[in-house]
Amino acid sequence: MDSLNAIVALANFVLVPGIAYGAQLALGALGVTLIYGILRFSNFAHGDTMAFGTMFVILITWGFQSVGISAGPLPTALLALPFGIILTGLVLLGTDRVVYRFYRRTRVKPVVFVMVSLGVMFIMNGLTRFIIGPGDQRFADGERFLISARDFKEMTGLKEGLAIKTTQGITVITAIVVVAILFWFLNRTRTGKSMRAFSDNEDLALLSGINPERVVMYTWLIVAALATIAGTLYGLDKSFKPFTYFQLLLPIFAAAIVGGLGSPLGAIAGGFLIAFAEVTVTYAWKKVATYVLPEALAPDGLAQLLSTDYKFAVSFAILIIVLLFKPTGLFKGKSV
Amino acid sequence: MKMRDFGLFALVALLIIGTGFLQSWNSALLILNMGLISAIMALGVNIQWGYAGLFNVGVMGFVALGGLASVLVSMPMTENAWASGGIQIVLGLILGAATVVAAVLVYGRMAAGRPRNLIMLAILIAGFFIFRSVFDAGVEGVEAINPAATGYLGGLNLPILLSWPLGGVLAAGAAWVIGKTALGLRSDYLAIATLGIAEIVIAVMKNEDWLARGVKNVVGLPRPAVVPYEIDLQNSTSFVEAAQGLGMGATTASTLYVKGIYALLFTVVLLILLWLAQTAWNSPWGRMLRAIRDNEVAAEAMGKDVTRRHLQVFILGSAVCGMAGAMMTTLDSQLTPSSYQPLRYTFLIWVMVIVGGSGNNFGAVLGGFLIWFLWVQVEPMGLALMNLITAGMADGYWLKDHLLDSAAHMRLLTMGLVLLLVLRFSPKGLIPER
Repeated sequence: MDSLNAIVALANFVLVPGIAYGAQLALGALGVTLIYGILRFSNFAHGDTMAFGTMFVILITWGFQSVGISAGPLPTALLALPFGIILTGLVLLGTDRVVYRFYRRTRVKPVVFVMVSLGVMFIMNGLTRFIIGPGDQRFADGERFLISARDFKEMTGLKEGLAIKTTQGITVITAIVVVAILFWFLNRTRTGKSMRAFSDNEDLALLSGINPERVVMYTWLIVAALATIAGTLYGLDKSFKPFTYFQLLLPIFAAAIVGGLGSPLGAIAGGFLIAFAEVTVTYAWKKVATYVLPEALAPDGLAQLLSTDYKFAVSFAILIIVLLFKPTGLFKGKSV
Repeated sequence: MKMRDFGLFALVALLIIGTGFLQSWNSALLILNMGLISAIMALGVNIQWGYAGLFNVGVMGFVALGGLASVLVSMPMTENAWASGGIQIVLGLILGAATVVAAVLVYGRMAAGRPRNLIMLAILIAGFFIFRSVFDAGVEGVEAINPAATGYLGGLNLPILLSWPLGGVLAAGAAWVIGKTALGLRSDYLAIATLGIAEIVIAVMKNEDWLARGVKNVVGLPRPAVVPYEIDLQNSTSFVEAAQGLGMGATTASTLYVKGIYALLFTVVLLILLWLAQTAWNSPWGRMLRAIRDNEVAAEAMGKDVTRRHLQVFILGSAVCGMAGAMMTTLDSQLTPSSYQPLRYTFLIWVMVIVGGSGNNFGAVLGGFLIWFLWVQVEPMGLALMNLITAGMADGYWLKDHLLDSAAHMRLLTMGLVLLLVLRFSPKGLIPER
């Protein structure tokens, strides 16, 4: 019984949050990695693109709620998501036209691109705060739990409860669907193939008649979709605050680099790796340990390796280790 | 320096003096002092970006490390703190460092393979738990001492001026760790790694109460010996008489006097650093760096060690930023970790360098003064603008309240816009590289 309780406690506090967070990071890292593969720079504005997209979704959700449209047990935000994606896509295409295209044409060094993306990041950040404010926004509605801790306890008779929030379930399902569509798109459609060709070898792709502007346009649209979905899922699961999204940049970059910049599969693996590392290192293991270990060995303290304030240190440490030992990442990303 | 550059500097001087006449001399000196510090930070970033093309997104972290140095150097030692845990903390840190060194040694000495990986892992895990057990007990002991007033180790009780070079050393140490890992790889990786270290430095300073009281802040740092306290000046008859001779009240005169002394100190540091930076720029070393920056492959073919030079220049630039951080904390006489915002301490400095002219030390200094002046003066202007826009709306109308509340966020927007516009239309800045 004790070991069952331990497994349930582990699932409740580590596995379920880890999977949900990992899916959110993976979606974010996919966006970063796609931009890196096609446009060849690390997009510092990605965290704020997520915030921007989520802001659209929240505003539309509020609109829907005020006229009484809802998705029943599901959050209304899911209905607002497509509109948010379209708006974010338009914003990103606009930014590309106004800002990035000039640098692409003049073929500047990649580091200038990074700097420009930093400028874009601050403008987006400023606009987000200007429109929706810097504070916390909650916009999740509908059923709160798939299984609540109490129901689970009554069902199984265990001492530990297992709670799965609706948002966590939605996160995982959405992530699977989105990733499946993305890989189908990249591997099976003409546009997807031309994108991969462009990413592998730009000159060769140009020679074989691929229109670079088209490829870039599709990339931005896909990135807009990924960023908005990732941001909305994160916001539903936790809460929306512009500054948190800026801070997400570090784990997202770490995930993309760990997996290998430019490799979509790597971004997903990296996302889950970072998420689980973060959750396990900052989780207080006391509860699980008291079930598993004999009483004499049970820990006195919380048995927490690092306080949650240092969760960014975890992604950073992993990033540093990967840079030291395998700079191309686990899945052989593009260049060093 | 050409005539035009002198003109630009004169313009900035005029702006600051104008503030003195139109607003108050107190605010003019405030702007001047922070302008001097900003100029030093901009100089540090210019050494990295202008000389070598290194993109440092973690200026904030290095500045904060400098600030930490001020506390560690100047504050009095907390009584009993060392006895009741301080030694244990240091021992814990040494054990932690020894673990890392042992792991690195094993990695270097043993042949690659599973045994090496297992031994390394065992060392790291065992080391971590030993470190935590020793360290945590020490932290508990230190933080228990009168937590409302101290609860930290305190400093070395040395003159605070010493913290300026020491802040540089601390920042240089962090820069060495980052540079060692991220340099020699793609240029983006340095940016990402510096972004990370800055976040972590701030997290450590916020959470490690034994170090500098975390978010409880350390206040009342001693001043440098040459800077008197206002209250002493007001009590000295000769000073009061001199102030009256100038037609000023003793209170105003004393605050101006103190700020003036700080301004002199900062100017001396800025001039020394500027001279050093210019000498380095014109030396063979400076030319080599520019050669590396403009064409890494060609420089490498000429036998230059690109990664080592990058590491060198990255450390130097970060040290200058750390020094400026220590100076800033000295000026504020307090360390407030939560006040370190990336916008203010990383991004703003970048705008200064880009606007002033990357690759030109005088440009960076000019940018430091100019952008700081705008930063201070734009907020009231933004509010005034918002007031003007919303003047026609009825009081209590939601849009009016919203716009007035949001005026503070205009800074993010304006600074981002300034950076993008300058990068696009005048990438060389006000005083271009020569």
